[in-house]
Amino acid sequence: MTDQSTTDPTKPAQRMRAGSMAIPLLPWCVAAVLLLVLPFIFTANSAITIMNQMAITIIFALAYNMLLGQGGMLSFGHAVYAGVGGFACVHIMNMDDFFASIPLPLLPIFGGLMGMGLATIVGSFSTRKAGTVFAMISLGVGELIAACSVIIVAFFGGEEGISGDRTYGMPFFGVEFLQQIEVYYLIAVWLMISAALMYLYSRTPLGRMANAVRDNPERAEFLGYSARWVRFYSFVASGFFAGIAGALFAINYEILTEENLNTTQSGIILLVTFLGGVGFFFGPILGAIVFTLVQTVLSLQTELWAFYLGIVFVVTVMFFPGGLAGIIMMHVPAMRLGKLGRLGVPYLKTLGAGMIGCFGAAALIEMTFHFRHASTGDHEMTIYWTTFDSHTVLPWIIAIAFTVFGFGVARRTAPDLVDAWNDANTPNGATQ
Amino acid sequence: MDLILVNLIDGLVTGLLLFMLSAGLTLIFSMMGVLNFAHASFYMLGAYFAFQISLYMGFWMGLLIAPLVVGVLGAGVERYGLRRVHQYGHVPELIFTFGLALLIEEVVQFIWGKNQMPYATPEVLQFTAFSIAGNSIPAYKIFMIFISVAIFVGLLYILTRTRVGMIIQAALTYPKTVEALGHNVPLIFMGVFGVGTALAGVAGVIAGPVLGTFPGMAFVLGSIVFVTIVIGGLGSLWGALVASLLIGWITTFSKAYNLRMEDLLTWLGFTKPEPIWDSAWRDMWSITSPQIADILPYILMVLILIFRPYGLFGKRDA
Repeated sequence: MTDQSTTDPTKPAQRMRAGSMAIPLLPWCVAAVLLLVLPFIFTANSAITIMNQMAITIIFALAYNMLLGQGGMLSFGHAVYAGVGGFACVHIMNMDDFFASIPLPLLPIFGGLMGMGLATIVGSFSTRKAGTVFAMISLGVGELIAACSVIIVAFFGGEEGISGDRTYGMPFFGVEFLQQIEVYYLIAVWLMISAALMYLYSRTPLGRMANAVRDNPERAEFLGYSARWVRFYSFVASGFFAGIAGALFAINYEILTEENLNTTQSGIILLVTFLGGVGFFFGPILGAIVFTLVQTVLSLQTELWAFYLGIVFVVTVMFFPGGLAGIIMMHVPAMRLGKLGRLGVPYLKTLGAGMIGCFGAAALIEMTFHFRHASTGDHEMTIYWTTFDSHTVLPWIIAIAFTVFGFGVARRTAPDLVDAWNDANTPNGATQ
Repeated sequence: MDLILVNLIDGLVTGLLLFMLSAGLTLIFSMMGVLNFAHASFYMLGAYFAFQISLYMGFWMGLLIAPLVVGVLGAGVERYGLRRVHQYGHVPELIFTFGLALLIEEVVQFIWGKNQMPYATPEVLQFTAFSIAGNSIPAYKIFMIFISVAIFVGLLYILTRTRVGMIIQAALTYPKTVEALGHNVPLIFMGVFGVGTALAGVAGVIAGPVLGTFPGMAFVLGSIVFVTIVIGGLGSLWGALVASLLIGWITTFSKAYNLRMEDLLTWLGFTKPEPIWDSAWRDMWSITSPQIADILPYILMVLILIFRPYGLFGKRDA
């Protein structure tokens, strides 16, 4: 991971001096326009629900990446800061007089401050060390607070959680946030603000020092920076943005429970961030979008989606430590050389065959699962829009044939792909 | 007094069980510098394998074979997984074991389903060993104590008295030098990883019938094991033992004696706010010790980290 994320002097964004505010505006404008237009393209209520969820996950994943990617700190309990921010916001929603005097769009600030406050307390002792010790402390504190949620009922509401009503806030230019679409724009605006702030943070000297401390804490100390305080500031800032994500969750769903705090939630955000890629700023954004989509689509199709996700995650850690963003950025040199097109056909051959193999393997897994766990007498199963009897031989033969064929072809064509890759990454004339 | 004795035994069983997990974990940590997040998952695999074997060959063969299978699996994970990820650094290693923990839980659910398995104690041990003032102590508990003490003594003997143990200890501190002396250090690492996971497997085999064999069992015990080795000091075997017993006894005693926060606060001179159900401090007043027994280890860990960041027995620079 570290080799992916070290500073690459050839990239214009990193060639700038630290602290320089000249940021490329184009991607941000595109993102803003997209956020503005998307609800007109996907008008269904369910689509807007998914987009809200996506935006919240993006903010949370970006906040998490301030620790993992930029600071090199692996936290196993980051859901706590988002959760506590959210809980605080629901409590504010329930304070009738106070809530009636502030407009709803300002509520995330309180959530952020709450997350930041908690991060200040925890960070004061957890950021002394990075690496394993930090990870263990984050896990312990996360478990502690998650367990407290069942005991401290006054704040966390016990097992049923606490709920509020966002519409009691002071109307914001006449908008009362009764409809999902209004909430969407609120979240979208906060997404832009927090993403921009987090990006700018990574450009400040402090953000740069976080990278330095991640890569070589000893050297950073020799330069006169306290590695511990640099980590502490990153941690606090990350807690703030996690709190904002939690507050947006509270506004969107109007209910928070123990589930928002527990280790599962923290694990998911680690998964999202790592799958997206920790080495680049846009990695977690990509991860959040893909993960939310996959989760929504796949969990409708199969009970085993967490199983597939686990496989994908382990494979990513082992073979593509840069995540999705890393894979995409691998192609930049080829693109610079103008030889990206040469990869098209080999990619189609190998990856297409690989896809067929994966689908075949997935079918085998699903059939095994159905064979073992379906209620007795239930022999009928549906997969890839075909219904068949899972206790007959023919479907198994077909699935095995597809798997073997797919992976076999992928294996056969892999050397061609490697050649094409090497060719595409060498300047003209160097290969021959 | 009698109740104290019963709780001492109960706490000892819990503590020794924890120790079997934390011993392997702490060994692996001092060796590779990485915490095996999936350690408790190997404990779960041990229980499931033993259950499957016990269906065909009985409990005792399960106790013998399952840890071996788990150990081989663990060694395989080290050889083909961790060693590959090692080049990227410690944090990806940790993430890898985390992903492995997720994956193992899903695989277990895929193979055995989500329900608890009917894995029971062997019939030979289903009698009361002795009773203290009307509290019967099942023979299985005594059996668990014996197994774990035997393993601890064996481990200690191998590590400190045999040639293999000496080489392992040397490889922990100076891997390069040991390699230069002609020992195959990667093989030692793989072996220790395998033995560590096999220990977790043993713990799973003997705990499965008592604590239940279900897909969440790794998760239930997993974070407590980490807390244990953080309290004991990362990388310290003695620390792991002391912390395990400490946690075992603390949780058992706080569950057995119903200490109420109300009494403590009154004794300290606070007055109970009336009406209590409307007070912001109502949860503070209604806390009882059985209620917080499960989070006491975490509180202990946070306190230890604040006042003695390297753990009870850890080295300062660990």
